[in-house]
Amino acid sequence: MQLKIGNIFIDDVQFGNATEVKGDILYVNKDEFLAEAGADERIASVDVYLAKPGEETRIIPVKDVIEPRVKVEGQGGIFPGFMSDVEQVGNGITNVLKGAAIVTTGRIVGFQEGIIDMSGPGAEFTPFSKTNNIVLKVEPIEGIGQHEHEEIVRLAGFRAAIYVGKAGKDIEPNEVKVFETKPLAEQINEYKDLPKVAYVYMLQTQGLLHDTYVYGVDAKKIIPTFLYPTEVFDGAIVSGNCVSACDKNPTYVHMNHPVIEELYAGHGKDYNFLGCIITNENVTLMDKERSSNMTAKLVEFLGVDAVIISEEGFGNPDADLVMNCNKITKKGIKTVLITDEYAGQDGGSQSLADSTPLGDAVVTGGNANEIIKLPVMKNVIGYPEVAEVIAGGFQGSLNEDGSIIVELQAITGATSEVGYGYLSAKTY
Amino acid sequence: MGIKVVHYINQFYGGIGGEDKADYTPEKVAGVKGPGMGLQAILGDEGKITSTVICGDSYFNENVDEALDTIIKMISEENPDVVIAGPAFNAGRYGVACGAVGKAVVEKLNIPVVSGMYNENPGADMYKKDIYMIETANSAAGMKDALSKIAPLALKLGKGEAIGTPEAEGYMPRGVRKNIFCEERGAKRAVNLLIKKINGEGFETEYPMPVFDRVDPAEPVQDVTKVKIALVSSGGPVPKSNPDRIEASSASKYGKYSIAGMDNFDPSNGETAHGGYDPVYANQDLDRVLPLDVLREMESNGEVGSLHEFYYTTVGNGTSVANSKKFATEIAQDLKAAGVDAVILTST
Repeated sequence: MQLKIGNIFIDDVQFGNATEVKGDILYVNKDEFLAEAGADERIASVDVYLAKPGEETRIIPVKDVIEPRVKVEGQGGIFPGFMSDVEQVGNGITNVLKGAAIVTTGRIVGFQEGIIDMSGPGAEFTPFSKTNNIVLKVEPIEGIGQHEHEEIVRLAGFRAAIYVGKAGKDIEPNEVKVFETKPLAEQINEYKDLPKVAYVYMLQTQGLLHDTYVYGVDAKKIIPTFLYPTEVFDGAIVSGNCVSACDKNPTYVHMNHPVIEELYAGHGKDYNFLGCIITNENVTLMDKERSSNMTAKLVEFLGVDAVIISEEGFGNPDADLVMNCNKITKKGIKTVLITDEYAGQDGGSQSLADSTPLGDAVVTGGNANEIIKLPVMKNVIGYPEVAEVIAGGFQGSLNEDGSIIVELQAITGATSEVGYGYLSAKTY
Repeated sequence: MGIKVVHYINQFYGGIGGEDKADYTPEKVAGVKGPGMGLQAILGDEGKITSTVICGDSYFNENVDEALDTIIKMISEENPDVVIAGPAFNAGRYGVACGAVGKAVVEKLNIPVVSGMYNENPGADMYKKDIYMIETANSAAGMKDALSKIAPLALKLGKGEAIGTPEAEGYMPRGVRKNIFCEERGAKRAVNLLIKKINGEGFETEYPMPVFDRVDPAEPVQDVTKVKIALVSSGGPVPKSNPDRIEASSASKYGKYSIAGMDNFDPSNGETAHGGYDPVYANQDLDRVLPLDVLREMESNGEVGSLHEFYYTTVGNGTSVANSKKFATEIAQDLKAAGVDAVILTST
């Protein structure tokens, strides 16, 4: 399975007569964009805004961030199971409008959505202050329940990303990156003297605004399975998930999966990267036991020497992380864990809700309870008043002048548990 | 103008005498005494030790409350920017006194404190989370080295400057997690760690896994038909529209709400404030999180004694252990005072 990623560098996004790439500028035809994104009878209104790096702009509440991509060669399409058939993806050529992103917003669905600031102190904590954002605001018609509301906005974001991504189809990319993973026996043979590693990729699956989808399937309903690492670069895994937005993986992060990219970087040199095992984080004990048993079995089945295990979320999923760590380690396989922390606003409490002495190699995305002050912004896209009710906010979060005091957990991608960001924490 | 410093030492370093003078009561003298001279030399113009408080180790440890009252009063009168206690090296009672004085100064006067002692001094484990504790040698032979770390840290604390890492400043880690930006992203750091672990090289975790308190369950209730039962939940059940605005995550408070005269929850009288799970089903029928309906039925059938008039609730999602302990302590006292015999704790 070989995938060539063709990055087309986008340095600016503007509205224009046609949706097209000229040089390093992406032009978007507003009417066509809105017609495509809004093509769902359950939608009452759609609107679009641009938010660029360095601007005094805040987006709140943020539901998802998506990268515009297009298949140039190879089977299937981006977001299989949603925007295309369930054809296998991850091979051929995929072009990427690198530097552009679709951000979805709109009336709040739950308590759980995020904040993106394009400048100021908050911008340092979110990776999406560095992308040229096409912000899609979606409002469903009256009488829509929360589950359906989430789905409507999620799908509108995917339609928008597909529509914009098509502009990259016939463009010569600025750079091409090649990622390849061979069928198991062949891959083992290719670097047979190197230690074998795999990635255990945990997906948040706890219900409304806590769900993740694999080829269109709600990941609550999967049992752990293998994936070629390149499949995610074509959108095989998408987010329905922005609860405590700091440590949830927006679709954009799945498509640019940092652990997979970094494992490829040392592939054939330091180790032999065999593939990914995806698993879920369901709420019942029986599901947790089943999924962690299956995960440990698949890791053993691959015959690897070591794995990286990443969590998505905190609290309840800490139990899944610990089960995976214990069961895999007890099979004699080395583990490295990636998590984040909830050590209290003062950093003085225990950071996790479950623990194991076998988890002796941990990377942390930082303490999500730390407080940050977000200054007044000239433009606010969305609904600033939700600052007081989103996870990480509290009564008094929104000041009269429009500045906001929240925990980092309210900032989209701040404490990424797939190591997308540079934040960590240290004991002082 | 440098910052103002008060120095706390024991009777030995104060030049009063050895073990025979360990019952010496607190005394404040102007200026420096004993190790204070060395400290003052390093502080230079940036800080001035205005007075030194001396107390016998036996007196302190045998009369802790009284000694602390007097010492805190003496220090408070000076209104210093920072307090230095010790260094105590491996002297156990002296180390405990330095720690206890330091903790009281921080808590009562809100003034920063730096002390120094050997890492096996019992005072170190007892108080290193409360004050900055420079790690020293086990005897006064390490005085020069100890003072060379204590004085610069005291200056930083007194001036309100940012404090560096435990390694950089020489203090014992206080168990406080602080965010830092790294040069490499998390995924790259994870791969680096993986390679080191595979190769059997030394590696350092970014987060040492915590060790949890384990609470023994209470004795079973003997006759459930005779007892008064209360409902307590971390699943965020609240009256409709969350009147006390309990946070969706990282709760700073808990609620106590009456269920007198209520037999059942429905969408008009209850909902969840919890941001960590799918709230749709709890909002349809809050009995799913707080089983009021079933308990009322059991109460009227005589299957349980009675249901306490109030329920207690908070949001467990992302809430620190420190906050949880504080809520639980208060709730437990309230339950005891109300004569509650047993509690049903629901989560999510």
